[in-house]
Amino acid sequence: MKETLFTIIENRPLTDTVYLMRLSGDTGDITAAGQFVNIRLDGLFLRRPISVCDLNGQELTLVYKVVGKGTAQMAGMVSGEALDLLTGLGNGYDLTLPAERVLLLGGGVGIPPLYLLAKRLLAQGKTVCVRLGFNHADEIFFENEFRALGCEVTVFTVDGSAGEKGFVTNGLDRERYDVFYTCGPEPMLRAVYRSTVTSGQFSFEERMGCGFGACMGCSCRTITGYKRICREGPVLMKEEILWED
Amino acid sequence: MGRLSVNLCGIELDNPVIPASGTFGYGYEFAEWYDINVLGTFSFKGTTLEPRFGNPTPRIAECTAGMINAVGLQNPGVKAVIEHELPEMAKVFRKPVMANVSGFSLDEYRETCRLLDAQPQVGWLEVNVSCPNVHGGGMAFGTDPDAVRRVTEAVKSVATKPVLLKLSPNVTDIVSIAKAAVDGGADGISLINTLLGMRIDLKTRRPVIANKMGGFSGSAVFPVALRMVYQVAHAVSVPVVGMGGVSSPENVIEMMLAGATAVQIGAANLVDPMACKRIIDGLPETMDRYGIATLNEIIGGVC
Repeated sequence: MKETLFTIIENRPLTDTVYLMRLSGDTGDITAAGQFVNIRLDGLFLRRPISVCDLNGQELTLVYKVVGKGTAQMAGMVSGEALDLLTGLGNGYDLTLPAERVLLLGGGVGIPPLYLLAKRLLAQGKTVCVRLGFNHADEIFFENEFRALGCEVTVFTVDGSAGEKGFVTNGLDRERYDVFYTCGPEPMLRAVYRSTVTSGQFSFEERMGCGFGACMGCSCRTITGYKRICREGPVLMKEEILWED
Repeated sequence: MGRLSVNLCGIELDNPVIPASGTFGYGYEFAEWYDINVLGTFSFKGTTLEPRFGNPTPRIAECTAGMINAVGLQNPGVKAVIEHELPEMAKVFRKPVMANVSGFSLDEYRETCRLLDAQPQVGWLEVNVSCPNVHGGGMAFGTDPDAVRRVTEAVKSVATKPVLLKLSPNVTDIVSIAKAAVDGGADGISLINTLLGMRIDLKTRRPVIANKMGGFSGSAVFPVALRMVYQVAHAVSVPVVGMGGVSSPENVIEMMLAGATAVQIGAANLVDPMACKRIIDGLPETMDRYGIATLNEIIGGVC
């Protein structure tokens, strides 16, 4: 973990509400796909946790959706501006799960952390099959980026305006995979949990205080005991998840 | 004594800066950011007799210049704290530490304090009668002077170490509560715990916090905290530990001028993991700027 200043080198919209920000700085403490950074913003008390989308040397890419004051402020920032980041937060995905053919399931703004994950899985020589889910055609992003990496990509939209109509879990019983990794809204994660037949990893979102394990603001119950989403998470094994309600 | 040192209930602190309970875990998360031995001491996560998971999430809400939390005293229980957390803490912190204790009955307060009092690492007991996030405990005691006196007497009957009562600001007359604690034998007072607060999500028209309400803290509460520290410090003769929205060396000095012998830092730790170190490092230069030779001489300097 490190607190460090990054400089924005690019910040552009991918869709109406989703933005891509590239930053340059000390990325040394970012060790795994699925980790996050916690961003300090002017006039806002709490930092904003955003997952790492890509990493190239000292260059960090974040893809974020404008949902409130913090992300709106980020969307208005330009190249050359500095951001105070806590880096290297969270456990990230485990790349040592044995598999030849890997399935990634991402929904909306849960998709970005799967990008670095896909790169690293491909680098291990694994076959990576990606299912990306959106509500409408105009919300689609990163379809081509995943294809360019060499992934098999299927896009789903809830209203059928592009790709296959429905959810990323549609026809999952016909899919062949040894392990899966997923990130997205909770209803999607629950559907993935019900529809998958192998082991896999889920990345969870929670409102956080600190993001580094101090405040117990993001605790959850698991089969293996209490965990902090920011510290022992955000990635949990399928076998340890306890759904609330 | 050094320029920054103060004496809190008979134990000398290298400086008056104390991370507040619930914002600093058991110290070792912060030991990854800096050598926490630079601290005066720290107050570790509130401990109850039995393990507690706490409240459902969301437990956190953003506010203007602050935050609301409703963690609900999540902790592994006093047995696990003594067997696991204190030995781990000893690896990263070699000074006496402040043990924060909460409870739901006089017996629970007494027993948890008795067990922690016996630990050589523990320098002080800080008895929390002010947690706004649990039902039937915490603040239920801290809003009634008689109950505060009874909790204090119960704890004092087993304690060999100094006992500080941590008070809630959610009361009509903070001075009467502080006096009740002193009547019960308190060796010191710490205040303020968080202010009961609430936020509503406009999109869902539901409270942001699953528990509906929570404790409001952060820079926004500093003037309220300072006022209460001032009132209490002028009404009791025991040392007062001031806290509430402190985030700078200037805030520390202001709290001490109001009457605080030591100062706790809470929410600031959560947004800047190095906050306490930065405050300590900044104190000498800030003291120079205001012509302060030693911190000890300014305690209660404002009448």
